[in-house]
Amino acid sequence: MQELTITRHNEMIDPLLHIWSWQIPVYLFIGGLVAGIMIISGYFVLQGQYKRNVFSCFYLPHISLLLLTGGMTSLFLDLEHKLYVWRLYTTFHWTSPMSWGSWILVIIYPVLWLNTLIRIPERYQNKVPVFDRLSALINKHPVLIKNIGILNMLLGVLLGMYTGVLLSAFGARPLWNSAMLWMLFLVSGLSAAAALVHLITTDQYERELLAKADNAFLTLELFVFGGFITGLLTSTRVHIDAVKLILVGPYAAVFWVLVIGTGILLPLSIQLLAVNHKVKHTPVAPLLVLAGGLMLRFVIVYAGQYSHWS
Amino acid sequence: MARFGMAIDTVRCVGCMDCVVACKTENSVPEGFNRDWIATEVTGTFPTLHMEIRSERCNHCDSPPCVHCCPTGASHVHDVGGVVLVDYDKCIGCKACVASCPYGARFINPSGYAEKCTFCIHRVEQGLLPACVSVCPTHCMHFGDLDDPNSEVSQLLASRNHHSLLPEAGTKPRIFYLT
Amino acid sequence: MSAYSRRKFLKISAATVTAATAASACTEASATPPAPARRATKGVERVPTYCDVCFWKCGAIASVRDGALWKIEGNPIDPLSRGRLCPRGTGGIGAHSDPDRLKRPLIRRSDRGREEWAEVSWDEAFAYIAKKMHTIKETHGPESVAMFAHGIGGNFLKHTLKAYGTPNFAAPSFAQCRGPRDVGFRMTFGEDVGSPERTDIKNAQCLVLIGSHLGENMHNTQVQEFAEAVGNGATIIVADPRFSVAASKAKHYLPIKPGTDLALVLAWMNVIVTEGLYDKDYVAKYGFGFDQFAASIAANTPEWAYPETGIEPEVIRATAREMARHKPATLVHPGRHSAWYGDDTQRSRAVALLNALLGSWGRKGGFYTPVSMSVPGYPYPAYPTAPAKVDNPGGKYPFAHEAISTGIREATITGQPYPIKGWFVYATNLIHSLPNEAETIKAIQNLDLLVVVDVIPSEIAGWADVVLPESVYLERYDDLNVEWFREPFVALRQPVIDSPDDQKPNWWMAKRLAETLGLAHYYPWKNIEEYLDHRLTAAGLSFDELKKEGIIRGAPQPIFFDDGAPSEFATPSGKIEFFSLQLQKAGFDPVPVYHRPAEPPAGSFRLLAGRAPVHTFSRTQSNRILSDMMDENEVWINADMARRLDVKSGDYVRLKNQDAVVSNRIRVKATERIRPDCVYMVHGFGHTARGLRHALQKGASDAGLITRYATDPLMGGTGMNVNFVTIEPEVTHG
Ligand SMILES: Nc1nc2c(c(=O)[nH]1)N[C@H]1C(S)=C(S)[C@@H](COP(=O)(O)OP(=O)(O)OC[C@H]3O[C@@H](n4cnc5c(=O)[nH]c(N)nc54)[C@H](O)[C@@H]3O)O[C@H]1N2
Ligand SMILES: Nc1nc2c(c(=O)[nH]1)N[C@H]1C(S)=C(S)[C@@H](COP(=O)(O)OP(=O)(O)OC[C@H]3O[C@@H](n4cnc5c(=O)[nH]c(N)nc54)[C@H](O)[C@@H]3O)O[C@H]1N2
Ligand code: SF4
Ligand code: SF4
Ligand code: SF4
Ligand code: SF4
Ligand code: SF4
Ligand SMILES: [Mo]
Repeated sequence: MQELTITRHNEMIDPLLHIWSWQIPVYLFIGGLVAGIMIISGYFVLQGQYKRNVFSCFYLPHISLLLLTGGMTSLFLDLEHKLYVWRLYTTFHWTSPMSWGSWILVIIYPVLWLNTLIRIPERYQNKVPVFDRLSALINKHPVLIKNIGILNMLLGVLLGMYTGVLLSAFGARPLWNSAMLWMLFLVSGLSAAAALVHLITTDQYERELLAKADNAFLTLELFVFGGFITGLLTSTRVHIDAVKLILVGPYAAVFWVLVIGTGILLPLSIQLLAVNHKVKHTPVAPLLVLAGGLMLRFVIVYAGQYSHWS
Repeated sequence: MARFGMAIDTVRCVGCMDCVVACKTENSVPEGFNRDWIATEVTGTFPTLHMEIRSERCNHCDSPPCVHCCPTGASHVHDVGGVVLVDYDKCIGCKACVASCPYGARFINPSGYAEKCTFCIHRVEQGLLPACVSVCPTHCMHFGDLDDPNSEVSQLLASRNHHSLLPEAGTKPRIFYLT
Repeated sequence: MSAYSRRKFLKISAATVTAATAASACTEASATPPAPARRATKGVERVPTYCDVCFWKCGAIASVRDGALWKIEGNPIDPLSRGRLCPRGTGGIGAHSDPDRLKRPLIRRSDRGREEWAEVSWDEAFAYIAKKMHTIKETHGPESVAMFAHGIGGNFLKHTLKAYGTPNFAAPSFAQCRGPRDVGFRMTFGEDVGSPERTDIKNAQCLVLIGSHLGENMHNTQVQEFAEAVGNGATIIVADPRFSVAASKAKHYLPIKPGTDLALVLAWMNVIVTEGLYDKDYVAKYGFGFDQFAASIAANTPEWAYPETGIEPEVIRATAREMARHKPATLVHPGRHSAWYGDDTQRSRAVALLNALLGSWGRKGGFYTPVSMSVPGYPYPAYPTAPAKVDNPGGKYPFAHEAISTGIREATITGQPYPIKGWFVYATNLIHSLPNEAETIKAIQNLDLLVVVDVIPSEIAGWADVVLPESVYLERYDDLNVEWFREPFVALRQPVIDSPDDQKPNWWMAKRLAETLGLAHYYPWKNIEEYLDHRLTAAGLSFDELKKEGIIRGAPQPIFFDDGAPSEFATPSGKIEFFSLQLQKAGFDPVPVYHRPAEPPAGSFRLLAGRAPVHTFSRTQSNRILSDMMDENEVWINADMARRLDVKSGDYVRLKNQDAVVSNRIRVKATERIRPDCVYMVHGFGHTARGLRHALQKGASDAGLITRYATDPLMGGTGMNVNFVTIEPEVTHG
């Protein structure tokens, strides 16, 4: 029999940590999504697909710019001392994933921008001479285009990893204490990005391809989950208690139903049927994947804060 | 260089919270928040019980994750005594440090910045003891330089049984509880 | 709770104050206003004073930073605080900044029971009071005004009322608190234990605590010395139905059945006497009636005590031997709040006798002989002669040597031996401190005048005809504290900061009231500084030095018999009375005899109450700093019982007592730290006065559930641990 009483009653800390609400999961989800987009779009660019009028090379970079801004806004909204946000950029702290993250985001913007400059939409052509000149320059040198593709993929991977590392660096939160977390978020980001293309593109080829890719990502994600869970389950008592939060604890319902069930298994089955032409492609599966990806970030962020030592 | 720490005698502590009240007045800690607090741990079955009462606060860890994770350098290790501090003007209120502390030692001040125990460095630098230590009616709290083998804290740690909180979390806390 | 429902309680709140007559005080030049206004200066100013969050009166130094009260610390030269205050003292600045404070004098503008108030000027308030007092004097005589005053702040008002002609003054600190203990010790050693207690805890090698919950009971010096004793490795023995903080420091924790301590003490003495372990020289030299005593307790063996107390005979023997081993440095603490079961004087006497056996009275590690400075009182004119006091007619309680608060209440209800028509209540919240609230309200309804002097709109202020708002202790001078302690010293309370509104210090009120009553000649001094200066000069001390230092210490004197303190006993025999002829003559047991207390009915628990370190009685719950530490009390229920009742920690329940009184909702603390036959809560919560916005309805009031009390036949103390409660579920919303 043990009774522990603590007189502390700090808001957002007690009885259990709840410092981050919707903003951080949304930020992480969007971060992952953009990471996935960058990888996919970079891949297409690298493959020279940009010559064809494909969605992934043309609209995706634009969309991702907007998404990223949304994600950053979400992060900004979470800050408690907003007027001091510029302090992030007066320094770099290599031990701090957040510091890495803020600088990575700074680099990602121009890279995404370059991606969009490969082909300026007609409407915007001849509006900003610098952009036109840059665009012309890029198009003159296919090597540059290849490099933009590579850069997008690389930074995409970094960004995707970062969204996981950000959390896994918190030793104090046992649920996040897993080397699998970056992989989980990266794969989930990829699958979400694939689902987004699948959802929006009108190009039959892209849709087919991305649906197939998504199936692969979702399957991979299941394996990564397996690794994530067994990793924690075979660790110390606090880690076991932590992972139990999502397996059998207060977050189990959301995890099993919304993340695994309707977020992975159901869309995976639908899409398997679709790519095998047993059923038609509908927006249902990709929407479920996107929702599942968002729920994953929510579950991990919320349950992770809940998890604690002692 | 000094390395400040505390040795708190749980045998004498009565859990009166004077340390908590003193911290509040000395440091104008806002209503509803605590930089320090009392933990009471009871084990056994009535009437064969054991009870440990501890006055807890930031452990000014030797390996402070709160400093490591801070993106702006607001959380830092002060040159005097290795005290872990927050520079309120650099803090953006991202709460990474709050999440990173396994002890829950930090909170967000209503003005938006991360706050926690400072070891009353403003007093210590004037040659005074931290407020909590200086008021404790049972004289159970001891503050000093852990690196100086002749300091009271070092002597106590050398001569008495003690433990620290969550050593397994790897933060190397610098507050020790004498038992 | 009979005729008086809680809803009818009068509450003062800003919202209910009608017609605010502009309140301006100090229209007369005769009484100069309190301390000169302290300028909002830059920087930190440190002002010594002494604390008033409880009656220990620790020396303190308050810091004012940029004109605002910042913090209070102990005064290092003060022997009481030894430079360190208790949490309540440290949080005392919250009394100054409490937004719920009374601000201006109030007069009730309707029948009692309605909540209509008018803010009035001080002059109007005094004129109203004086008029009523004149009428009472003419119709019934001045003795028909009684005063309840707790603490040193009441001194000047008492002086005014003595000048007016009444002998009736009481405080809950006797019949509801330390009275039984003091009488028990007086019957034995001829002297009280006093306050601060004359216990030499720091030198004790063995300390026995019978319910004294030091560490929760935060009387500062005692707690400091307790920690010192623990640190020194003293053997601690604790008997308490609850595993108190002190119990957690004990080598022997005795989970005694409530109300059976006398059996335990008798058994301890039986072991010590039969095994010949007592201090034979000491007993031979100072004792009276030892043989009769020994014969009287011969049957009280540990085996006899076992079924009563639940403490195994081996444990009783082992602890008795342990006490004897360390004698005379074994201190069996006399406790303080001893009004528990109605047989408390005899229990306390048994504790005194146990100490006598161990030879600890007058000895190092036992009880010291307190000393004090000689500071003459102010040479006032003689008071008019007054008739006998009203509280103890015909010496009904023959050994009461102080006035019985509940006796005054009874006289107010019955009109016997003579009517009481006016009450002055200074710094005591009688609704919380006297047992059986309904009786208090019944008495109040018999009054023609109820004046309450308070700092916050307390429950008793809610019943007043006139409410006088006092400056808190940090804003005023008070009388000198000429303490009886280990060493002589005198301490000064002086203003640290201005009162925020139209609050006034007690001395000013007392003087103005006397002037309004035509008793100005009882106040030959112009203001309190003149009074203080006069007294100090007469003692050969410097007022200026005292203002600067806060404390002036005198030369140490011997405080133990072995060092030359006089070994005198003011008993009839001039000795330590193991056998008391005066008790025998008055028809009481000359040696304490145990009587079994009533058991709680099946399904009920005995209700016990005590202290939390961060609160003082019912007075600190609206102090924002202290309420931040603890803003609600909990009811402690044995974990096993809680499981059976299907309640868990944090759940709200209500307690219902044997007279069907139901408490406010209170959270459960399901814990191993208490016996299954009783429940426990911290006294002072569950406020009903609406003006106490912050404390209103937080937690439950033990006082509200104490409808029964057992009166001590020796001295009129009101044993309050005799109520039984059941746990009623509370439907919680979120
Ligand atoms: N049920 C129950 N009853 C008890 C006890 C118990 O534990 N349970 N304990 C008993 C004991 S041990 C004691 S000593 C008594 C204590 O009994 P009280 O002395 O009546 O204690 P409080 O309830 O604190 O009431 C003090 C009142 O004084 C007011 N006050 C505080 N400071 C000042 C000031 O500076 N000036 C003025 N004018 N007023 C001030 C407070 O606001 C409050 O209304 O109660 C006894 N009664
Ligand atoms: N923080 C704080 N400290 C205070 C005060 C305060 O208001 N706040 N008030 C001061 C004053 S005036 C007084 S009088 C004292 C009162 O404090 P004390 O004299 O120490 O204690 P009580 O209030 O009599 O008793 C409460 C303790 O007695 C135990 N108890 C209850 N019934 C029994 C029983 O039948 N037998 C035994 N052996 N134990 C029992 C309870 O479990 C609890 O631990 O505190 C003083 N100190
Ligand atoms: S002030 Fe001292 S005795 Fe009181 S709780 Fe704090 S550390 Fe313990
Ligand atoms: S206790 Fe927490 S806040 Fe303090 S230094 Fe260690 S990790 Fe940082
Ligand atoms: S909240 Fe402030 S101190 Fe903490 S990590 Fe963020 S910027 Fe650093
Ligand atoms: S050292 Fe100072 S800041 Fe830290 S808990 Fe003690 S009083 Fe508060
Ligand atoms: S014991 Fe505490 S509340 Fe009482 S006078 Fe001393 S410091 Fe003040
Ligand atoms: Mo008391």
